[in-house]
Amino acid sequence: MRPKPGEAPVGKTLFDKIWDFHHVATRADGRELLYIDRHAVHELHAPHAFGEMDAKGHTVRRRDLTLVVQDHTVPTRTGMPLRSAHIDATRLAAQKHAVSLVDVASPEHGIVHVVTPELGIALPGLTLACPDSHASTVGALGCLAFGCGTTELVHVLSTQVMALTRPRQMRVNFTGRLAPGVGAKDLALHLIRTVGVDAGRGHAIEYAGEAIRALDIEARMTLCNMTIEWGGRTCLVAPDEKTIAWCQGRANAPSGAAWDEAVAWWRTLATDADASFDREITIDCSDVAPQLTWGTDPSQAIGVDEPVPSDAQERTTAALGYMGVQPGAPLLGVPVDRVFIGSCSNSRLPDLRSAAAVVRGRKVAAGVKAIVVPGSSTIKREAEREGLDRIFLEAGFEWRNAGCSMCAGANGDIGEPGERVVSTTNRNFENRQGRGVRTHLASPVMAAAAAVAGRIVDVRDWLPAETA
Amino acid sequence: MEPFRSVTGAAAPLPLDDVNTDQIIPSAWLKDLNADMAEGFLAYMRRTPDGSPRSDFVLERPQYAGAPILVTGRNFGCGSSREHAVWSMRAFGVRCVIGESPAEFFRENCLKNGVLPVTLDAERMQRVWELVERVDGREPLTVDLEAREIRGPGGISLAFEIGDAEREALLEGLDDIRMTLKSLPAIEAWEARAAKVRPFLQAAIRKA
Repeated sequence: MRPKPGEAPVGKTLFDKIWDFHHVATRADGRELLYIDRHAVHELHAPHAFGEMDAKGHTVRRRDLTLVVQDHTVPTRTGMPLRSAHIDATRLAAQKHAVSLVDVASPEHGIVHVVTPELGIALPGLTLACPDSHASTVGALGCLAFGCGTTELVHVLSTQVMALTRPRQMRVNFTGRLAPGVGAKDLALHLIRTVGVDAGRGHAIEYAGEAIRALDIEARMTLCNMTIEWGGRTCLVAPDEKTIAWCQGRANAPSGAAWDEAVAWWRTLATDADASFDREITIDCSDVAPQLTWGTDPSQAIGVDEPVPSDAQERTTAALGYMGVQPGAPLLGVPVDRVFIGSCSNSRLPDLRSAAAVVRGRKVAAGVKAIVVPGSSTIKREAEREGLDRIFLEAGFEWRNAGCSMCAGANGDIGEPGERVVSTTNRNFENRQGRGVRTHLASPVMAAAAAVAGRIVDVRDWLPAETA
Repeated sequence: MEPFRSVTGAAAPLPLDDVNTDQIIPSAWLKDLNADMAEGFLAYMRRTPDGSPRSDFVLERPQYAGAPILVTGRNFGCGSSREHAVWSMRAFGVRCVIGESPAEFFRENCLKNGVLPVTLDAERMQRVWELVERVDGREPLTVDLEAREIRGPGGISLAFEIGDAEREALLEGLDDIRMTLKSLPAIEAWEARAAKVRPFLQAAIRKA
């Protein structure tokens, strides 16, 4: 309903609709208690959190809505024992507290942000908590997800609500069409370099516009995954027919009449025309080139055809020094030592398909260590059914088991000091992939091309003639 | 949670923007369940690859050993939501972080661990930088949460703002879970309503 002249807009945003539905109460300190429909925990925090539960005598309030996953510390090399102190402690804690565990050898094993949508645990309109800053990945489905620390994780386990301050709201409208060879990762990096690493602070983001509608669900996940990299508290994409088709038939999706009711609800989950945002940004996608980071935060990115900045700011100089790249020169042609295709940013089937299409019939350059780590065992199986593993293996890539691997390095998958890595992950921070390791964030196709060339190249030069 | 009332001691300046939690606690310290968190705090800034201290780094200078106050640049604690960042900072001895705009996850984690995050506007931040650089750790600063002020040598004082509820929670060391569970009937009522209007929201998770 449009407001009458002189009246304030009455429309609700997508965020308002999900938040308001889940609002339970306002706590004495003014925080709003938001009901958490699904709680997904990973093993980097589970031992500490369950230990704290035991120490304080708390019990898990809704064991049936809690899922524990092993991802950060899982060894990914074929044949390695699937063990770590965290994995063992998490298994024991999950047993003791009688919560569902997707264990390392389970057929559904994988990265928490990949597994929850695959299993239909993350669904449109739901709220999800996960003790991880990339929780907002599932915003791609219209699932309102909040990351948190370990203490808040104990709070959610004990109460099934989060105590939050309602964030401000921002909409990012993506107009235009992405060029061939350019994908969601490039869009995310282009956005972050445009707005800066803390532009999203205090905001729930809605990604909208024709370019978002055109993305497949997995690509929307890549974009949503990077929300924290520009400071956003959480993010959403309005569910559409693609979302509904993607969710249908998943293990935890409703079925029968309940499915029809859910779909009817999901079709109402869009921002009303007369709703307003605290801030709106418009990004034109038409001219975006494949992006690559040159520095040590995700905003320090350039199009592959641009030179590295040459300003004299202390920050630029420090980043250039760490990265060992020349100011004013392009990254094109810079030799690489490693390539990592994986992580909650880019480890889903379409990511692997697009990388494999670049690699097919080619070889990884001599001296380059290239690995592919699927986001889940489910993706790994599907990729193998399509023969993607053969393409990667024949080219000289390692084809690993699912996990977080080189993204956080918490399983020991790290590079050697001074090595240069083209990585499909979300953080190019100093020392993140190993002490002294230099990380260039890029899309799966850019990473695949770098592995083959042994240096940074423009993947658009590699595209088949009909798409270029 | 251990209450926070006030802290007095050296205030160490770390005038860098966008220091991320991978820098505050590198993942090498996350792999070991019983890692020495104090050792991991800003480990690669404090020590060279061979493990020797970088004597030019602020926290390795003698007057800042165990400094309980850290003065930071913008967006301190961005990146990963790992609470280990605050644990390591506390283990090192820091009880108060002053900055213009701490990252959200980091600030939340501070509040839940009895660490006071003081947020100042640019003008007051500038005065803190001037004060801290002039004093250079030779004289203590006091950050007083009850009075909501920072005090320094020569009678300098500077007010800061923090919400009443956050202040009370820190002063009293309030238990977040206990506070929430006062709303348990509302939580149960929400669940009963959801089970009725959208039953699949309350359906148990199945693994496959």
